[in-house]
Amino acid sequence: MNGVGFAKGMWVTLRHFLETYVDDVRYGFRKYAPDLDNFETRQGVDAQGAFTVQYPDEKVAVPERFRFVPFLVVENYDHEERPGKDWCTSCGICAKVCPPQCIWIVRSNDPETGRPVPEPEAFFIDIDICMNCGFCAEFCPFDAIKMDHDYELASYDRTTNHIFDKDKLSKEFRYWNTIAPTRAVEEAEARGGWEHKDVQKEARRGGSTRDKKADAARAEKREAVRARKEAAAAPKAEAPAAEAAPAKEEPAAEAPWNDDEEQKRKRREAALRRKAARAAKRAEDGDS
Amino acid sequence: MELNLQELNKTEYPIPVELQSNVAITSLSSVYNWGRRNSMWPMLFGLACCAIEMIATATSRFDFSRFGMEVMRATPRQSDLMIVSGTVTKKMVVPIVRLYNQMPEPKYVLAMGACASGGGPFKEGYNVVSGIDKYLPVDVYVPGCPPTPQALLYGLIALQKKIDGQSLSVADDVPWYGVGPSEPAPVPILGPDIIDPRQMDMIRRQAEAAANVKTEEPVYHLNAVRELPALDAEQAVAVAARPKASTAVDESIEMKSFSQAGMSADAIEALRVKRRENALQRKAARLAKEG
Amino acid sequence: MVDMTIPEEQVVTGTIEDAIDKLKQRFPKDVSDDDRQGYSGVIISSDKLQEAARYIKDELGFDYLSNATAVDYLGEGVHSEDHLEMVYHAFRTTGGSALVFKAQTDRTNATLPSVTPVWRGADFQEREAYDLMGIKFEGHPNLQRILLWEGFNGYPLRKDWKEAYYEEDHKPFGSRWPAGHVHRAEEKSVFGKNVNYPADIDLSRLNDVSESTMYKAFGMGVDTEHVVDHNGVQTDQLIVNMGPHHPSTHGVFRMIMEIDGETVTKLEPVMGYLHRNHEKIGERNTFLHNIPFTDRLDYISSMGNNHGYVMAVEQLLALGAKYNPPTYRAEVIRVLMVELTRIVNHLWAIGFWLNDLGAFFTPVLYFVQERERILDFFEATAGSRMMCNYMRFGGVFADIPERIHSVSNLINDRVRDFDTMKFLTEMINERIPRSIDEVDEYLTQNDIVQARGMGVGYLSRENAIDYSAAGPVLRGSGVAYDVRKSDPYSIYPELDFDMVVETEGDMYARYLVRLGEMRESLRILKQLLPRLEYTHGESVTENNSAYSSKVPIGEAYGRVENGKGELGFYVVSAGDKRAAANPWRYHVRAPSFINLTPLGLMSTGGKVADVVAILGSIDIVLGETDR
Repeated sequence: MNGVGFAKGMWVTLRHFLETYVDDVRYGFRKYAPDLDNFETRQGVDAQGAFTVQYPDEKVAVPERFRFVPFLVVENYDHEERPGKDWCTSCGICAKVCPPQCIWIVRSNDPETGRPVPEPEAFFIDIDICMNCGFCAEFCPFDAIKMDHDYELASYDRTTNHIFDKDKLSKEFRYWNTIAPTRAVEEAEARGGWEHKDVQKEARRGGSTRDKKADAARAEKREAVRARKEAAAAPKAEAPAAEAAPAKEEPAAEAPWNDDEEQKRKRREAALRRKAARAAKRAEDGDS
Repeated sequence: MELNLQELNKTEYPIPVELQSNVAITSLSSVYNWGRRNSMWPMLFGLACCAIEMIATATSRFDFSRFGMEVMRATPRQSDLMIVSGTVTKKMVVPIVRLYNQMPEPKYVLAMGACASGGGPFKEGYNVVSGIDKYLPVDVYVPGCPPTPQALLYGLIALQKKIDGQSLSVADDVPWYGVGPSEPAPVPILGPDIIDPRQMDMIRRQAEAAANVKTEEPVYHLNAVRELPALDAEQAVAVAARPKASTAVDESIEMKSFSQAGMSADAIEALRVKRRENALQRKAARLAKEG
Repeated sequence: MVDMTIPEEQVVTGTIEDAIDKLKQRFPKDVSDDDRQGYSGVIISSDKLQEAARYIKDELGFDYLSNATAVDYLGEGVHSEDHLEMVYHAFRTTGGSALVFKAQTDRTNATLPSVTPVWRGADFQEREAYDLMGIKFEGHPNLQRILLWEGFNGYPLRKDWKEAYYEEDHKPFGSRWPAGHVHRAEEKSVFGKNVNYPADIDLSRLNDVSESTMYKAFGMGVDTEHVVDHNGVQTDQLIVNMGPHHPSTHGVFRMIMEIDGETVTKLEPVMGYLHRNHEKIGERNTFLHNIPFTDRLDYISSMGNNHGYVMAVEQLLALGAKYNPPTYRAEVIRVLMVELTRIVNHLWAIGFWLNDLGAFFTPVLYFVQERERILDFFEATAGSRMMCNYMRFGGVFADIPERIHSVSNLINDRVRDFDTMKFLTEMINERIPRSIDEVDEYLTQNDIVQARGMGVGYLSRENAIDYSAAGPVLRGSGVAYDVRKSDPYSIYPELDFDMVVETEGDMYARYLVRLGEMRESLRILKQLLPRLEYTHGESVTENNSAYSSKVPIGEAYGRVENGKGELGFYVVSAGDKRAAANPWRYHVRAPSFINLTPLGLMSTGGKVADVVAILGSIDIVLGETDR
C-alpha cells in the first residue's frame, strides 16, 4: 500500500496510450491506404497498439469456414447446359439435421407425370430461427447448401425480409468458388469433378435422351415463370413513390456507403491481384 | 456521414453568391436528424450471447464510438437506443417493456440477433418470447446468431439512415413529433403464462370457448399472424393441390396458408374447389389402383 | 501458489465398490443396486434418504455433492412403472469418480426428503427440481420456484407437459418436412405468441403475484417501522433490489438485499430471466442437435461446453454403438481449443471484475486484444467467433486449417492470410504470455485491487465444499480440486501442469487463481504444439458422417473443468428398447448456477459496493445460470 502498484498501473496505461500511435508513425498518412498490405499487418500477430477496423470503409474479411445464414448452390447462370439448375435434390437431410428446424422444403413433381423430380419447388429458411450452426452444409451429400459469408443483412422489417425463399437463397456455384476457393476444390475432388454428383453419374452412364427432354421442358417452364414474374414486378418498380414505405426497401441497395457495382468489381479485382502477387511472393520465398 | 454543405444549400430560397460559403439554409429536420443520429446513446443492457458481441463492438477493435455511440448509459432516462441483445424471456419482457417506457423520446429499438427478432433457436421454449416486436416497435432487425460486430455495425448504420429519412413535418412519421404525449407500451403481466393486456378480450373468449360457455360472438378467428412470401399463382395451385399430411393445426381456427396470402376471395374459393377436385381424383386413382 | 496437503484424518479412501458395499451393509433393506441396463450406482428408499446421505458424506467421505437432478420416467417401454427419480452425484474432494445414488417417488404426489441439510449445495438444485419437475422436498429451508415465476402453470420438464409450439414427440423426423405446410410456429397459437393458458383461466383475479410471494418467502418486506440503533444513530432497514437490469450483474441477474445502512444483512439471488428452456428443447432434439445448443450455455467458452457434452454422449456410445473413439490428434485439438477458451474466459472474468471494482472498461479493452486474436483462430477453424459448434462425437468438425485465410469477395477487399501453426506458435509463445504478464504487472500489486479484494467475499474451505462451489471459487478457498487432475479425462494425465490453489478464500485469492490458471494453460498449450506437429495428417473427422446416430440406452455423466468450474452433462438415453435418437433427459450441471448458492453467505456483512464485486469474482454467465 505504498503507491508502487498504482505507479505500475499508470505506467501500463501510459504505455498503451503511446502504443496507440505506433501504427500512425509506422505508416505515416498511409495507414488506411487500401493498396498497402498494412491491414494484414495491423490485424496480425505482429501488430502493436490500435487495431481498430474502420468498418464501413475497411472490413475484416471473414475466413473461408465462416458461417452465417445458408444459401443454395445453383449452376452458373451462363452454364451451357443447365443454367440456374438447382444442385439441391430435395432429399431433406438439411431439414432433418437442422437443430432449430428452420428449413421448409416443398418437393416438386413433374407437371405431366406427377412423379417427383429431384429438385425443390420451394425452399424456405427462416433466418430469425436459424442459429448459423452449419449442420445443413456439413451433412448435405450434394454440396448444394452452403453457409454464406454475407453478414450485412439488417433490415427494417422482418415479416417481408427475414424468410428467405428460393429466389433469395439461390446463388451461383461461381459465388461459392469465390468465397471459399480451397474448400470448393476439396469438395470437387471428393465429388470427382466440378459438376454436380448426379450429373457426373449420368455422364458415366452415358445419359438418356428422355431425361434431357424433360430437362428442356422444365427449363422452358422456368423461363415462362420467370418472365411472368418479371412482368409482374415491372409496374411496381415504376411507381416506388406510391409505396412510400422506406421500411420495405432493401437497405443495402441504396446504402450511401456502398460503392456502385463497377467500383466494387474494381476493388475486388485489385484485391485478387494483390493476393496473387502475394501468393507468388510466398512461393518464391518458399523456394529460396 | 458528414453533413454535406453543398446539399444544404440546395433550396428554393436564393442565396447571394457572396454569402454561400457563410450561410446554410436547410430544413429543420435535417439538422434535427443529423444531431440525433450522431449522438445515439445506447442503453448498457445485455440479455444473452449477443450482448458479448455488442460489447465486442464497443471495444477497441470495432469501436462504435466512431459513430457517436460510445456513451452507453446504464439508465433508460439518458439513452436513445435500446439494443435488445439476446433472447427475450417471458420473465424478462416485463422489465424490458418498463425500461422502454422510461426512455425519453425520441427512442429507437434495435433487435439484435435471431432471438430478439423472432425467438431464434429457442423460439419453441415455454419461457421464450418469439420476438421483441410482439411488445415493442422495432426499428432495425439484425439477423445472425450472434451477428458479428460488423453485422451489428451495419445495422446501426442502417438505423442512422432511417433517422435521416424521418421528418418533422409529417406528424404520423414518428410518434414523438405528433401532438401530445404518446402512449406507453402496455406492460405484460405474469399470470399462469404471460398475459398481454391488449389480448385480454381474446383470452377471455378463448377461455369461455374452452369452458363450453355459449357466447353470442363467434370464437375469435385469427388470420395468419405473419404471412409468408407469396408464390406466384401457378406454384400456389400446385402446392395447394399436394396432399396434406395430418396436420397439427387446429381446424377451428381459420388461417390463411402461405400460398393464399394476397389472393382475392374468389381466387381462394377457386383454389378450394380445385383442391377438392384434385383430392377426389386422387381418391379415385387410389381406389382404381387398389382394386 | 500453495501446495495443499490434506489433513490425514479427513482422508477416506477406497473404491466406489467398497463404498457401495459399506452402504449396503449399513442399510441392508433400503439400498439396492441400480441394475437397469446401462445404469450404475444404487437406489435408496426415500424414507432413509437423508440418513443415508449423512452416512455417505460423513463416513464414506463423499463430501462434495456435484450434481442433483430429477428425471421423469413416464410412458411405456421406459423403465418399470412411471415414477420421478432424483439422481445425485457425490464425489470425494480427494479425487476419484462419482458415487451415484437415486431416490424414487411417484408422479402424482411427488415428495422426497431434502438433502440440503446434509450438503448445502443441493439448495438451488432441489429448488430447480421443484420448479421444473414438481418434486416437493421435505425439510428444504426455502422451497419455491427458482427459474420460473410463482404462479406459472404446470411443471414444464415433466414429459406430459407440452408447450404451445410443441410439434411432435420426435421433432426432427417428420415435423415440418415434407408436408409442404409453411406455417410458422406462432401461427399455430391463437395468440400469436408461444403462450399456453390453462382452460379455466380466471381473468377476474388476475394480478401479478410473483413479486410479493417472493419477498414473503425470503422473509423480507419493506418495514419502515423497524429501526436499528447504531451507537445512537437511528437507521432504517431497507430492501434494495438490484437487477435484472443493472450494469454490474453481468446479464439479467437480480439480487434482493436487505441492508442496514451500507451493510448487507441478507441477500437472496433471483434468477430465471434468461431461462430459455435449454433442457426441454434438448430432450426433443437428437443427440447431435444439442451440440450447437451447448454453445449457448456459457457463451464465453463454447468449446468447453462442447467438450463436456460430447464426452457424456461418447460414454453412452461406448456402451455398444458403432463408433470409434476420438483419435489422438482429435484429443489434442480438443484440449488446445479448451485451453485457449480458458484463457479467454479468465481474461474476460478478470476484466469485468475490474469493471465492478470501478476501473471502467480500461482493463477489458486491453484484454480484448488477445481475445480477438484467439477468436480469429476459432473463426478460421470452427467458422464462428463465439458459437463454435466444433466438436463431434468421436472427433471434431474439421482439422485445423493450413492457413488462416480469408479471400476477397463481394463484401470485403482487405484480406488476411496467415500460416495457422505460425500464428498459433506466435500467440502461445509471445503474445499471450506478454499479455498475461501485463495483467500481472497492471493489477496484482495495485493498491485498489488489493484493498478491495483482500478479505472481502470470504468463503471458508468447509463452506466452499459444503456449498458445492466449483472452479476458481473452490480453489481460491484452498480446496485442491480440479476435474482435470482429480478425475482426469482426455489427454490431461500425460500433460504436465499444476493445480493453482490459494488459501485465503477472498476475492483477491480468486483473482490470483485465475491468473495462475492462465499461466498453467499456457504451459499446457506449449506442450500441445509439438503434439500437433507430430500428429499432422491424422484423421479427426472419421465419425462425422452419421447425422442420426442412435445412442445405446443408459445414463452418463460427462464432466469437464470449464473456466467457470465443473461443467457436467447428465444424459439419459431411453424411450427406445435398444437405442434412442433423442436424449430422454438432458441435464446441465452449470457451475455458474451452483456457484451462486454461497453468494448470500459471502455477501452478508459486507458493503453494498462489495456485493457487486463479489458477484464479479464468482464469474457467472447467465446463459449457463438460467439455461
